[in-house]
Amino acid sequence: MLRVFWIGWLFNLKNLTNSLFFVLISVLQPVIFASIAFFMFDRGDRGGGLLYAALGAGLMGIWSSTLFGSGGAIQWMRWQGTLEIAVAAPVRFLWILLPLTISTATIGLYSIVATLFWGRVFFGVPLSFVHPALFALALPVTVVSLGLLGLVLASTFVLYRQASAFSNLLEYPVWLATGLLVPLSLLPGWVEWLSWVLAPTWGMEAVRNAALGGEVWEGLGMCVLLGAVYLVLGSFFMHNFERRARQQATLSLT
Amino acid sequence: MSNTAPESRVPRGARGNAGTRFRRAGRTAGQGRAALRVFFVGGRISYRALFNWISPVMYVTTMLGSPLFQILFFTYLGRYAGSRSDDFFIVGNAVQVSAMAGIYGMVMGIANERQFGTLTPLLATPANRLAVFAGRALPNIVNGLVVSSFGFAASWLLLDFSPDAASLPALAFVVVVTVVSCTALGMLIGSIGLRARDVFFAANLVYFLMLLFCGVNVDVDSLPGWMEAIGRSVPLTHGIEAARRVVEGATLGDVRGLIVTEALIGIAYAVAAYVLFRFFEAESRRRASLETF
Repeated sequence: MLRVFWIGWLFNLKNLTNSLFFVLISVLQPVIFASIAFFMFDRGDRGGGLLYAALGAGLMGIWSSTLFGSGGAIQWMRWQGTLEIAVAAPVRFLWILLPLTISTATIGLYSIVATLFWGRVFFGVPLSFVHPALFALALPVTVVSLGLLGLVLASTFVLYRQASAFSNLLEYPVWLATGLLVPLSLLPGWVEWLSWVLAPTWGMEAVRNAALGGEVWEGLGMCVLLGAVYLVLGSFFMHNFERRARQQATLSLT
Repeated sequence: MSNTAPESRVPRGARGNAGTRFRRAGRTAGQGRAALRVFFVGGRISYRALFNWISPVMYVTTMLGSPLFQILFFTYLGRYAGSRSDDFFIVGNAVQVSAMAGIYGMVMGIANERQFGTLTPLLATPANRLAVFAGRALPNIVNGLVVSSFGFAASWLLLDFSPDAASLPALAFVVVVTVVSCTALGMLIGSIGLRARDVFFAANLVYFLMLLFCGVNVDVDSLPGWMEAIGRSVPLTHGIEAARRVVEGATLGDVRGLIVTEALIGIAYAVAAYVLFRFFEAESRRRASLETF
């Protein structure tokens, strides 16, 4: 099982890295958004918040790559004609899809590296982290929790023919609702309730507090807890999808 | 009984010239009608066939939902950064979201012919190329205006954006000019799509770069010199600046220079796009590479 996971993760990571679209959303787009935030913060009264902006833009990239990668995962397998083979394999389909969704979140790490590098070189962002070890821990935990959220997206979006419509729609709202660049205190109160069930909120809190100072473990704990919930939900939805697709012979229908 | 028909009294040579002129005039009128039909009907059909987001679900989520949240995102970010007023971000983004139609729509309208395998039959027709090319812009211009208007309306509803009612006609005029100009940039990228392998990458990149270079969220004046120079040479920048000034109370006369500049930039991009379109068409015929990737 571990071998299936490792090979699947590595294969999909290489595959996504070769895609111009994913290079765009995991490297170029975060760098552009980070630059906008740097200029806005610099011209406004948030001049000292450049590291805050770099980290926020980096996590925005992780969300984008997860959303577009995981949301359309099964649809892409259909188009490529690999879905039937994957479902018919002796290993459970969940163990084939999970490395894919985790890898879509993993390539989001390029975003963090890109925005920190860009910020350091062109905007003089200070790269001094208060808790470097916890920062190194917070990043993979955040990536895995987002990958598990990606599993829920993959297993629910597949029910809709136009999954990309939801992917296009959900990019900005989750950036907003999880406080990646804009603090939740500025948004209407009900948004905070919504943000609690979204892993990027807690991942951002853990990563940001590890870098800038503050409580890290609460964010990490919530990422683990939400990740477990997403795994259960994703597993249930995936089983449901597989069963219905087999019964109705709709596995390869696009 | 003598033939008294007028043409019988016309000298032979002169009769031939008049007939030729009539035939030429008739042919020209026929070609003009055909070009108009290709422009309007062809443009509408190509929009229906090639615009990927035409289904209601895709349209609402992608063409209306995404721009709405873009406006909200940058307005709230602006509030947090404390750099400018809400109106600055609302106007900038509400105008820029028209690029959803102007850039993506135009790219689909031209480059999808190649993707879908219909470019060869299209270019085998004797249809007026200018009409074929320009006709695709019209639905996207209308679409861009719809998206932009929706952005302004949603901002009025959700963000207390309330410009003076007297400024609305001037604002509408500025937005029309800007959307047309932005669509010309989309035509240029679409033309490149007749040759490039992945033109949608370029379309996405240009859309995001506009947010940075065109004064959508950051004053063009406050960007580094080279970025400002790029910003001032592409569509949107002057239009957004004019729209902001109109919302602040300026008249059309006050922003005439900005509007003319925006229009001239748009014309320059449209001409460049058409030249590129014809060049790639000729090159593709010469190298037999019309639908190769």
